Amino acid sequence: MDMLTTRRHASWAAPLAWLRDRVTACARGTVLGMLALAGAVLIHPVLLVLALVPIPGIGPVARMLTDLTRRLCGEWCGVPIASPYRPAPAGEGEFGTLTWQQRRRWITGDPATWRDLAFFLLNPWLGAALAGGSVAAIIYGIFGMALPHGSTQLAGVISHPLYGILLAVGGFVAAPWLLRGYGEFARSLLGPTQHAELAQRVSYLAQTRSDTIDAGAAEIRRIERDLHDGAQARLVAMGMTLDAAGLLIDTNPAAAQALLTEARDNSVKALADLRDLVRGIHPPVLADRGLADAVRALALDSPLRVSVTNELAGRPPAPVESAAYFAVSELLANVGKHAEADRVWIDIRFDGRPAGGMTSGGEMLRGGNEISGMLRIGVTDDGRGGASPAVGTGLQGIERRLAAFDGVLAVSSPPGGPTVVNMEIPCALSSPKTSSC
Amino acid sequence: MRVVIAEDLFLLRDGLTRMLEAHGLQVTAAVDNPDDLLAAVTADQPDVAVVDVRLPPSYTDEGLRAALAARRAVPGLPVLVLSQYVEQLYARELLADGSGGIGYLLKDRVFDSAQFVDAVRRVAAGGTAMDPEVIARLLARGRGDSAVAGLTAREREVLGLMAEGRSNAAIAARLVITERAVAKHTASIFIKLNLQPSDDDNRRVLAVLAYLNG
Repeated sequence: MDMLTTRRHASWAAPLAWLRDRVTACARGTVLGMLALAGAVLIHPVLLVLALVPIPGIGPVARMLTDLTRRLCGEWCGVPIASPYRPAPAGEGEFGTLTWQQRRRWITGDPATWRDLAFFLLNPWLGAALAGGSVAAIIYGIFGMALPHGSTQLAGVISHPLYGILLAVGGFVAAPWLLRGYGEFARSLLGPTQHAELAQRVSYLAQTRSDTIDAGAAEIRRIERDLHDGAQARLVAMGMTLDAAGLLIDTNPAAAQALLTEARDNSVKALADLRDLVRGIHPPVLADRGLADAVRALALDSPLRVSVTNELAGRPPAPVESAAYFAVSELLANVGKHAEADRVWIDIRFDGRPAGGMTSGGEMLRGGNEISGMLRIGVTDDGRGGASPAVGTGLQGIERRLAAFDGVLAVSSPPGGPTVVNMEIPCALSSPKTSSC
Repeated sequence: MRVVIAEDLFLLRDGLTRMLEAHGLQVTAAVDNPDDLLAAVTADQPDVAVVDVRLPPSYTDEGLRAALAARRAVPGLPVLVLSQYVEQLYARELLADGSGGIGYLLKDRVFDSAQFVDAVRRVAAGGTAMDPEVIARLLARGRGDSAVAGLTAREREVLGLMAEGRSNAAIAARLVITERAVAKHTASIFIKLNLQPSDDDNRRVLAVLAYLNG
């Protein structure tokens, strides 16, 4: 009985979904069509003028309507549209301290404003026809059948009920495609142009590049300081002790012996300092064995119970490996410090996609022994949760480190846990055979 | 005692050879690459091989791999691996076959020649010589998810010193307890780690392995 009902459910599910899709598409199209008609030609120029008047706390009002359209296109038509506007100059914001001149330059100097205007000129005609087309066809078809032939001008075109039915059914069936068509039309004018996309990309790259350079410079300063305070200081002390031992060796051999022992101890400590420093710059296991074993070594040294699953078949480029390693290291340290967790699971994967294009390093793929794709690392702990890049400078540091490779970090950490941190870095993987050469 | 040395840096190779010979050991071959090491151990059948982790061609972990290969070629060959840094991961790989005769030490340990030669002799006799730094990190970890977690703090201390390759007498001296007390602790460790009574040296190796894998 149970099985029978489920089977009946299954056999009905597909047509029902098909119907539901069309009904929703008709409803959404109607709303978008009405919006298009309502936001007729005159509204936008008015809003545009209003946009030049600073209203504290609110961005340019003309853009609220287009932003609404963008959002609806993404949610309803399946055509997500990115915001094309240039970033607001400093001073815009809650208190709006921009002068009228600055504001005018910002709004009217942005080509996206004029493309918005073009959209508002076309939307009431082309947009409304696309969005409301299916509902119009259905209504027109049904009216055409219901009214006697020739009784009104409206019904005049429909000479036979069959045409009415065809028109209504056609409109109904085509609803999702028309809706999508509306989305594409909106994107062509409301979306960023290739030029704007490139401009945004350039500004992102400039930002991450300067972050990377800053981080590199800070790192070099740290290394210099560590060398100066550590190994270098110990070697100086060692030289002085050896010198003193040399002076004492004839007169007081016992004291000289003690000094020599001290010098030896200092050399051991200097080596230990250098070892720690090297570990912080480029861990030897990472160089020897690659990411997976280096993370395993981290796991072994961690006071937490860490399980590592690795599905990497090759090695990512060394800079990516290093960034990923230090990110995992930082995350593990964070878990140890804040999460009150007992267990951590680290999962390293690589999702390849057909070769071609550029790697994150900007070099062309050499084909054959490299595949490009996405390095994915998940770090999950059973701690108390509540982690967020907004509060933790550690997570922000990781974000910046990954951004240099177009990598991203996603944190899910509800209060009470568990915390899941996912990292993704686009890169190429070299096959294990070629990596050892 | 006959020793084969594999070390790529001339100065260190020379220094090691001289130091071991000064302590009455016979260096039958001092080579600078993995292939020659393999040839030397099969030809000379030495009592122990002293191998640097970094060897050509890539100067990463060739020495480690060469040491494991040498032990496959000459089963039971005692090997002492020297490294600029130590990793638990590598210690584990070295001990994985559970047959002992393994040393894993920081290069700095050669500064104290008496202790170093002592370690070489211990390894040649089939014992272990884990670097105190490996042990220190194991102790710092102290996680609670294995048989090792069932050990008392004192037993863990004894196990750590055992892993460094110390004899019961040396452990007793270090912990300022009697040798009988150390024997009691080791017996208790073997029972808790479920190691069947057998040759004592072998059980010590297995206990250390359990410790590293903990």
